[in-house]
Amino acid sequence: MTPWLQRQRHLIDFTVEALARRKGRNLALLVVYALMVFVLASVLLFSQALRREAALLLAQAPEITVQRLVAGRMDLVPAAHLERLAGLRGVASAQGRLWGYYYDPATQANYTLMVPLTDPPPPGTMQVGPTLARFWRLGVGDVLSLRTHDGRAFPLSVQGILPTDSALVAADLVLIAEADFRAFFGIPAGLYTDLVLKVRNPREVAKVAQKVQRDLPDTRPIIREEILRTYAALFDWREGMVMVLLSGAVLAFMILAWDKASGLSAEERREIGVLKAIGWETSDILAMKLWEGLLVSVFAFLLGYLAAYVHVAAFSASLFVPVLKGWSVLYPDFALTPQVDPFQVFTLFFLTVFPYALATLVPVWRSAVADPDAVMRQ
Amino acid sequence: MIELMDVRKAFNQGRHNELWAVRGVSLQVPAQQVTVLRGPSGSGKTTLLTLVGCLARPTSGRVRLHGRDVSGMTERFLTGLRRQTFGFVFQQFNLVRGLTVEQNVMLPAYPLGLTRRDLRRRAHGLLESLDLAEHAQARVEWLSGGQAQRAAIARALVNDPDVILADEPTANLDTELSRRFLDIVRDLKAQGKTLLMTSHDPLICQAPEVDLVVGLRDGQLD
Repeated sequence: MTPWLQRQRHLIDFTVEALARRKGRNLALLVVYALMVFVLASVLLFSQALRREAALLLAQAPEITVQRLVAGRMDLVPAAHLERLAGLRGVASAQGRLWGYYYDPATQANYTLMVPLTDPPPPGTMQVGPTLARFWRLGVGDVLSLRTHDGRAFPLSVQGILPTDSALVAADLVLIAEADFRAFFGIPAGLYTDLVLKVRNPREVAKVAQKVQRDLPDTRPIIREEILRTYAALFDWREGMVMVLLSGAVLAFMILAWDKASGLSAEERREIGVLKAIGWETSDILAMKLWEGLLVSVFAFLLGYLAAYVHVAAFSASLFVPVLKGWSVLYPDFALTPQVDPFQVFTLFFLTVFPYALATLVPVWRSAVADPDAVMRQ
Repeated sequence: MIELMDVRKAFNQGRHNELWAVRGVSLQVPAQQVTVLRGPSGSGKTTLLTLVGCLARPTSGRVRLHGRDVSGMTERFLTGLRRQTFGFVFQQFNLVRGLTVEQNVMLPAYPLGLTRRDLRRRAHGLLESLDLAEHAQARVEWLSGGQAQRAAIARALVNDPDVILADEPTANLDTELSRRFLDIVRDLKAQGKTLLMTSHDPLICQAPEVDLVVGLRDGQLD
């Protein structure tokens, strides 16, 4: 090992001893520091994971969804529109969808009732989402009675429960047969909630959307990329909102960290004087303090970031779910895979570790460049 | 040989509380001998010691070490001198609390970049010679006054300096411990070290080991 490396090793040894000697102060700082990183990293990791999840799900979504607008509000789409769109050049297939929301006063939650495009359950039965099934403790064969649009009881027996890994989209989902759906909501045959189009050539999606609007001026085509952008904006907005709320805490931490890092106790000042007097160079003392700042901040960063990863991966960010996932009564129960974005990690590292390490140097620099004779007068 | 030529030192110069601690002292400290700066409190003994030991620069005048003027040198150079040429024994010992005796003794040698094994070997040799080896792993705050002083002496010697500077070395010691300190002084002198001490303790000033006593009063030679 070269003398320079040996020297750094001795400095680190001394720094670790110094940290241990003031363990109360340093431990408190480490906990607050790690907590701060944990909160910020949790928000970032969770939002990133949600964005990824949404993107993965929407990758399966149809390229174009067509809604009908009447007086600026969404209305049912007649079957004639479906036939017209199916004949458009570039459209591979067109299907009418039936879906709607049902408010259940008992659970004070909204369920999504839907007719699946393929393999619908037989009339009188339903397939329910995992969260809903758990809430009502439903098993296959159980009967759940809902109220129709005109107040009649509408019993449906459970034919199956949707798999848990679909919980993000299927938590509150109820899949029923077309005839049941129309009877339940009072929607006559020949009308759909909206239409979905598959386009042969992905590069023609925008062109086909233009044609839809031109041929059917009372409709609004929504392309998949727009939904993705909306989701991204929504998550960005929520992430930003949480960050704004947290900014007070971040500021408080920064003040605390600055105070702890930039203030030197009388004992520390005396120690610097002793070290200079016995032959330590100013650069040795600065290096020692820089090591101290780096050890505390890097350790706190790693601790906080790891805890945040576990929080998001193993506990689905349970602390931030209500703010970040949405306003729902039946929260989907699903596992997220946190996405570690190197740029995000670097930004967080830079914003937390760098200022702290620098803050430790300022007062030491002032102390270390002074003549060490003061130590003789104590 | 250390030489001081018309050395003056002011604190808070130009302010209302300006104080001239040393006022034109010229002095030669012979090599390999024991010199004591004697004087009452406030006579400038400690300030003179800091100027000799390159812990501070004189406001005017020159300090020469082996014929070289060190009073105008850069801080980096002075640090090197402090590390290689001088060993300090402070009045309050100034050991770093929370560290062991061994760690304290090794501290001045950290910047040399020696291996830990070499550092420990040096420290243990010194602690043994000062009869402190059994306390090597004890924290310094557990030591008695005499042990703390010997730990401070070991720390001063770890880089094998030519000159030992000691500020009021017996101020916190009883007569018995003061005599033991003089034994150590005799050994160091026999090894060829130059010793410069401040003291107003008659036991020190009249000790046979001391070659030269320099009186100071109000910042000037008495």
